[in-house]
Amino acid sequence: MKEELFLSGRMNPNIDPYLNIWHWQIPLYLFLGGLAAGILFFAALYTIRGKAHLMPATVKWATFLVPAALVLGLISLFLDLKHKPFFWQLYTTIRFESPMSWGAWVLMLVTPLSFIWSASYLRETVPSWKWRYRWLESFESWVIKNRPGLSWAMIVLAVILGIYTGILLSAFNARPLWNASILGPLFLVSGLSTGAAVIMWLSKDPAERKLMSKIDLMLIGIELFLIVHLFMGFLASTAVQIDAAGLFLGGQFTLGFWVFVVLLGIIVPGILEIMEIRGYHIPVAVPAILILYGGLLFRFIMVEAGQITRYLY
Amino acid sequence: MNTRRDFIRISTLAAGGVALGLTPLKFLSGSRSREELLDLPAGSSREIYRRIPSYCEVCFWKCASWVYTNSDNQILKVLGNEDDPLCNGRLCPRGTGGIGMYHDEDRLKTPLIRVQKNGKQEYREAGWDEALDLIASRMKEIKAKYGAESMALFNHGCSGPFFAHLLHAFGSENNAAPSFAQCRGARDVAYIHTYGTIPGSPEITDIRDCRCMVLIGSHLGENMHNTQVQELAEAIDQGITLITVDPRFSTVAGKSKYWLPIKPATDLALLLAWIHVIIEEELYDKDFVKLNTTGFDQLKSHVSSMTPEWAYGITTLEPALIRLTAREMARAAPASIVHPGRHVAWYGDDTQRSRAIAILNALLGNWGKRGGFYVPEKVAIPDFPCPDYPKPAWNFHDIHLQKYPLAEESITNALIEASIPSADNHHQIRGWIVSGTNMPEAIPDKQLFLKAVDSLEFIVVVDTMPMEITGYADVVLPECTYFERYDDIRNSAFREPSIALRMPAAEPKYESRAAWWITKQIGERLGLHDYFAYDHYEEVIDWQLKQVGTSLDEMKEKGVMRFSRNKDVYLEGEIKFNTPSGKIELYSAAFEAAGLDPLPVYTAHPEPPAGYYRLIYGRAPMHTFSRTANNQNLIDLMPENAVWVNPKVAGIEGLKNGDRVYLKNQDGIRSSFTVSVRVTERIRWDSVYMVHGFGHSKKELTKAYGRGASTTELITRVMVDPAMGGTGMRGNFVMFVREEEGKEVEI
Amino acid sequence: MRYAMAIDVKKCVGCSDCVVACQVENNVHHGYCRDWVTETINGTYPQLETEIRSERCNHCDNAPCVRCCPTGASHIADGGIVLVTARKCIGCGACIQSCPYDARYSHPDGHVDKCTFCAHRVEAGQQPACVAVCPTSCMYFGDIDNPYSDISQIMKVRKWKVLAPEAGTRPQIFYLL
Ligand SMILES: Nc1nc2c(c(=O)[nH]1)N[C@H]1C(S)=C(S)[C@@H](COP(=O)(O)OP(=O)(O)OC[C@H]3O[C@@H](n4cnc5c(=O)[nH]c(N)nc54)[C@H](O)[C@@H]3O)O[C@H]1N2
Ligand SMILES: Nc1nc2c(c(=O)[nH]1)N[C@H]1C(S)=C(S)[C@@H](COP(=O)(O)OP(=O)(O)OC[C@H]3O[C@@H](n4cnc5c(=O)[nH]c(N)nc54)[C@H](O)[C@@H]3O)O[C@H]1N2
Ligand code: SF4
Ligand code: SF4
Ligand code: SF4
Ligand code: SF4
Ligand code: SF4
Ligand SMILES: [Mo]
Repeated sequence: MKEELFLSGRMNPNIDPYLNIWHWQIPLYLFLGGLAAGILFFAALYTIRGKAHLMPATVKWATFLVPAALVLGLISLFLDLKHKPFFWQLYTTIRFESPMSWGAWVLMLVTPLSFIWSASYLRETVPSWKWRYRWLESFESWVIKNRPGLSWAMIVLAVILGIYTGILLSAFNARPLWNASILGPLFLVSGLSTGAAVIMWLSKDPAERKLMSKIDLMLIGIELFLIVHLFMGFLASTAVQIDAAGLFLGGQFTLGFWVFVVLLGIIVPGILEIMEIRGYHIPVAVPAILILYGGLLFRFIMVEAGQITRYLY
Repeated sequence: MNTRRDFIRISTLAAGGVALGLTPLKFLSGSRSREELLDLPAGSSREIYRRIPSYCEVCFWKCASWVYTNSDNQILKVLGNEDDPLCNGRLCPRGTGGIGMYHDEDRLKTPLIRVQKNGKQEYREAGWDEALDLIASRMKEIKAKYGAESMALFNHGCSGPFFAHLLHAFGSENNAAPSFAQCRGARDVAYIHTYGTIPGSPEITDIRDCRCMVLIGSHLGENMHNTQVQELAEAIDQGITLITVDPRFSTVAGKSKYWLPIKPATDLALLLAWIHVIIEEELYDKDFVKLNTTGFDQLKSHVSSMTPEWAYGITTLEPALIRLTAREMARAAPASIVHPGRHVAWYGDDTQRSRAIAILNALLGNWGKRGGFYVPEKVAIPDFPCPDYPKPAWNFHDIHLQKYPLAEESITNALIEASIPSADNHHQIRGWIVSGTNMPEAIPDKQLFLKAVDSLEFIVVVDTMPMEITGYADVVLPECTYFERYDDIRNSAFREPSIALRMPAAEPKYESRAAWWITKQIGERLGLHDYFAYDHYEEVIDWQLKQVGTSLDEMKEKGVMRFSRNKDVYLEGEIKFNTPSGKIELYSAAFEAAGLDPLPVYTAHPEPPAGYYRLIYGRAPMHTFSRTANNQNLIDLMPENAVWVNPKVAGIEGLKNGDRVYLKNQDGIRSSFTVSVRVTERIRWDSVYMVHGFGHSKKELTKAYGRGASTTELITRVMVDPAMGGTGMRGNFVMFVREEEGKEVEI
Repeated sequence: MRYAMAIDVKKCVGCSDCVVACQVENNVHHGYCRDWVTETINGTYPQLETEIRSERCNHCDNAPCVRCCPTGASHIADGGIVLVTARKCIGCGACIQSCPYDARYSHPDGHVDKCTFCAHRVEAGQQPACVAVCPTSCMYFGDIDNPYSDISQIMKVRKWKVLAPEAGTRPQIFYLL
C-alpha cells in the first residue's frame, strides 16, 4: 500500500483535495467569448466576401447578440476576480505571455467594435430608430462605408478571441488535462460551431440556413476529429495525462462528456442537420440549442475536470 | 529612532541565525513593500521593538527563548535563545506556536467559585480577595480538623514549586506530579537501583556523539524533546546506526537501519535475549564490567537460557535479527546507547524492563563515555532564605511505603486512593490543590478519580485554561501564561551548566495572576508571611542571581548564562557509583529485599481478545497532551488525532481511510467522540495507535471540544507496577463502533 | 545571485515547526499556510520506507505563475525570488492554476499569496523563518551561484532531487536524499 498524506499544513481553502478556484464564471466567460468570436467571424467573413446582403442573419441579427454576450462575459470574468478593486490593473500593462492579459485586451478592442458594428445596423433593423446627436449619425455613415475595412479588423480579433478561449486553459501546463496544444483549435472550432448554430437559428432565409448548416457540419466533423486526437494524445503521454484522460474514460466525467457533450451536443445535432439537409423537417431550434448546450457543458466540464488533475510527486 | 533601528538589526540578527553576507537586495524599494511582505493589517505594526527573555512552558524541557514585542507591547513571536545549550536558538513547533496559549480567548479570566444555583452546580466569577480568603479559610479548617498533612498537591510544570513551597510551609509534603507514576518513575527507580542516579531531564544521553542507539519505543522526532531531537539529527549527519523497537513504524523507525516491529508488551524478552547474545558471544566490555559492576555471574546464568530463539516465540522477531542488532550495538560501544526512554508506564513491569535496559547499557560500558552517558552538571543556586518548614507528622512515604517499597517520589494515583475513605487508609487526604496538571486526562482510571473527587472536602485548581480538571474544583484560579510572569530560574543539568530567566513580556491578560503572587497571597492569609518575605518575586530572583555572580538586570539583557564545569563530562577507569556496593548493580539486592525479582524476568501480559486490538499511544510533534489542544497555532498543524489501523485489520473490520468510528474498550467504555480512521502499513495488526491529548469534553475549550478521541478515557484497566506504583496504561483493548451504530446506542 | 533551498529528507522529522514558524513570522492567517509537510510511505508491513518533505513555493527559474499573470503582480525579484504584489493582483486565479505544486492560495483579502522566501528577512541578512527554526537543521538556504555557500557545498556532496521536474519549471527547492 502506498500512502501519501499531508502531515500538516496545506489547509488553504479550495486547494485540496483538488483545486476549486474557478467556478461557473470562467466556463461561462469562455463560452460567451467563443460564441461571440464565432458570430463575429462569420459576419466579418461574409462582409469581406461581399455577401452581406445575402446573409442578413449572419451580418446583422446575430451580431446584435454579440455585445450582450461580451458584456455578460466580461461581467462573469469580473465576478470571478477576488481582488476586484484592482481590476483596472489588467489595463496597466500588456503581458504577451499571459493569455489572461491579451484576452483582456482583445475584449477591450472587440467589445466596442461589436457595439459599433451592430449599432450601424440598428436603423436598418429598427426603422423608427433615430440617433440623438448629429455626430453619431455621421459616425454611423462612416462605419457603414468602412464595413469591409472594419471586417478585417474584426475577423482577426475574432480569431484571436476564439483561440484565446482555448489557449487560456492550455497555457496551464500544471493541469495535465489542459496541457494539450489541441485544446486551442478545439475551443476555436467549438466556438465557431456555437456561432454558426445561433446564426442558423436566427436565420429566416433557407439558403443562409443551409449554408450555415453545412458549415456547422464541417465544424462538427473537425471537432470530433480533434476530440479523438486529444484523447489519443493524452494516452500516448505522461502518467499524469493518462490519469487525466482517465477522468473521461471510465472516470467521473465519462457519462457527462461522452453522452451529454459528444453525443447530445455534437453528434445528435449533426445527424439532425444532415437529416434537415436531406429534406426531413426538423425544427431548426433543436440542433441549434443542442449545439449551444453542448458547447456550454463542454467548457464547464473542461474547467472543472482540469482543476482536478494535477502533478503527482 | 536611530538607536531603535540599530537594536532591531542586532537583535533580529542574533535571533534569526547566520548572516548570509548578501549584497543588499532591492525588492523592497522596487517591487513589494515590507508591509506587503509581512501582510500587515492596517494600523498594527510587526516592527520588533523589544525582546524579552523567557523559557518555554509548552513542555517540561524549558528551552530558553526570546519573546518579541512591538511598540504597542503586543507579542509577535517567540524564538529560541541562541546562547541556550538546550535549544541552540531553535524551539520545537510547540514552543514556536506557544503564543497561541497567550492569545487564546478561551483562557480562564477570573477566579471562579462553585455555587449551588436552582439545585445545579455552577460557577460564578469572583474577585481575587474573595477567592483567596475562601481558600485560606478552608485550608485552615481542614488543618484544624485533620492536620495540615491532609492537604495534598498535584502539580506539573513551573507553578509546581510555588505551591509545593506553600504546602510545605503549611505543613504538608504530600505533593505528587504525573511525571513520576505516569511517566518516568519506573525508569528512574530502575537506574537508581542500578547506577545510583537517574537518567535525568534532559536525559544524560550523549546522542550527539553516539554511533549506535537503540530506541525501545522512545519515538524521538514525535517525542519532540528539543535537545534530543537536535542531537539525533546531528548524529544522523554523522552516520549513527539506529535500532528502533516499536510495534509501530514511528518517524524515527523510518530513519533507522533496523526496525524491530515487536509484538507489544514483550520488550523485556527481547532485552534479555540481547543480554544473552552479548554475554554468550562475549561482546560486552569486559574491562568495564569487571571494574564497575557487581552481579555479572548471576546475570550470566540468569540469561543463559534466554536465547534469541526463545525470544522469537514471544516477540515475533527473527532470531537472526536479534543477534545482528546485538552485534551492531556492541560493535559501536561505548559510543552506543540503549535509550532509557521517558514515558515508561506501559505494562506494570516497567521497572523491570527499565532495569534490563540499564543492565544492557552497563554491558556496553557506556557510562561516562563519549557517545554514551555523560556526567551532567548544573549551577548551584541557593534557595531564598526562609524559616525551616514544619515537620509533618506523616507524608506520602507513609501512604505508599508498604505497597510500593521503592517509590522515590510521590505517586499521584496513591494520593488519589488515599483521598477515598477506606478502612485500609492509615492516612486520609481531605483537600487538594491542583496546579498545572489535567488529572482526568493525565491519570488513568477515571472511576477512581471521580470517587476521590466525591469524597474530598475542598479542591482548588490553578490553571490557565478551562481544562477538564477545572470542572471538579470548588475554587478555580486563573494563572497567567508563561509569557506574562516571573518563574523560578531555569537550572538544567546538562553537559554545560546554564541558567535562564523567565520574565513577563506582557501584562497578564484578564484577571490572571502568576503562581508566585497567588501562593504569596494565600501564604499571607495563612499567617505564613516569613516564608514569603518579599514584595515581588523579582527580589528573590535577583538575590539568587547575585549568589551565582550575575543579577536580574544582566539576565534581562542576556536571558541565558552559561557556566563552566567543575567536573569532567566523561569518566575514565573505575567509577564510584552511589549504590550500596559502590558499583553498577546488575543484580539488585535491594529489589530482592523488597520481594522483587533481583534480575529482570519476563512475564507474559494479557493479550487482546478476539475482535479487540491493543490500544497504544504516543506523541505528535506539534502537541503536548492537553495543554496545546486549544491552541489555534497548533490546531492549524494538527486539528485532531486519528486511529491508526493496519490495512489487514481495516479489511476485516470493513474500515476505510477517513471513516469515523467510536472506540469501545474491554470494559464497555466507549470514547465520547468519534475518531477518524487512518489505514496505514505503519502499525501491526494486533494494535491500534492514537496520539494522546485529544477528545476534550469541556465545552469551554471551544476549539478543542470534540476533536478526536481521548486515550485516557479508554484506559480503565491499569497495570500497577509493584516496585514503584506506576500506572501501566497499555493493557487496554478496543474494538470499533461505527459512527451510525454509535448514534443508535446513544438514543 | 540565485537563492535556493535544500532540504535534507534524511533528517526531517515532519515536526512542522517550519509551518508554524512561517505563520507566526509572516502573519499568515489561521487556516492558511505558505509551507506544509508531506509524508509518503511505500511498502508493506514490515518492509516500509518513508519520505517526509517540507514543501513550499519552489521559486521556479521558469515560473509559469509569473508568465501567466496578466498584471505583473507575480514577478521575479532579486535573487530569483518569486513574489506577488498585492496591490497589483486582481485575484484572477490564473497563477494558482498554473502552479504544478499548488503552492499558492487566495488570501482572505482577495489577492494571491504564497511563500516569499522571507524576502524581508533575507534582505536583512537573515535566514528565512522556517530555515532558522528547524530543530533538525535540515534546511539550507543561500545563493547557489556562490560555490562557497552552505547550500552549494551540501549539494555537491549529496544526491538530490526536485519535485515534478517533468513540469519544466526548474524548481529551486532541492531535496537531499
Ligand atoms: N511533541 C511532544 N513531545 C513530547 C511530549 C509531548 O507531549 N509532545 N511529551 C514529553 C514527555 S512528558 C514524555 S514522558 C516523552 C515521552 O516520549 P517517549 O518516552 O518517547 O514515549 P513512549 O511512550 O516511550 O513512546 C511511544 C511509542 O511507544 C510505542 N509503543 C507502544 N507500545 C509499545 C511496546 O509495547 N513496545 C515498544 N517497544 N514500543 C511501544 C508507540 O508505538 C510509540 O511510538 O515525550 C516528551 N516529548
Ligand atoms: N493516556 C495517557 N496518559 C498519559 C500519558 C499518555 O501518553 N497517555 N502521558 C503521561 C505523561 S508522560 C505525562 S508527563 C503526563 C502529563 O500530564 P499533565 O502534566 O497533566 O499534562 P497536560 O495534560 O498537558 O496538563 C497540563 C495542565 O496544565 C495546564 N497548564 C498549562 N500551562 C500552565 C501554567 O502555566 N500554569 C498552570 N497553573 N497550568 C498550566 C494545562 O492547561 C493543563 O490543564 O501525562 C501522563 N498521562
Ligand atoms: S521542547 Fe519544545 S515545547 Fe518543550 S520547552 Fe522546548 S520548545 Fe518548548
Ligand atoms: S521544521 Fe525541519 S524537521 Fe520539522 S518538518 Fe520542517 S523541515 Fe522537517
Ligand atoms: S512553485 Fe508555483 S508559485 Fe512557486 S514559482 Fe513555481 S510555479 Fe510559481
Ligand atoms: S491572481 Fe493575481 S498574481 Fe495571480 S495571475 Fe492573477 S493577477 Fe497575477
Ligand atoms: S521561506 Fe519564509 S515565507 Fe517561505 S515558507 Fe519559509 S518561512 Fe514561509
Ligand atoms: Mo512525561
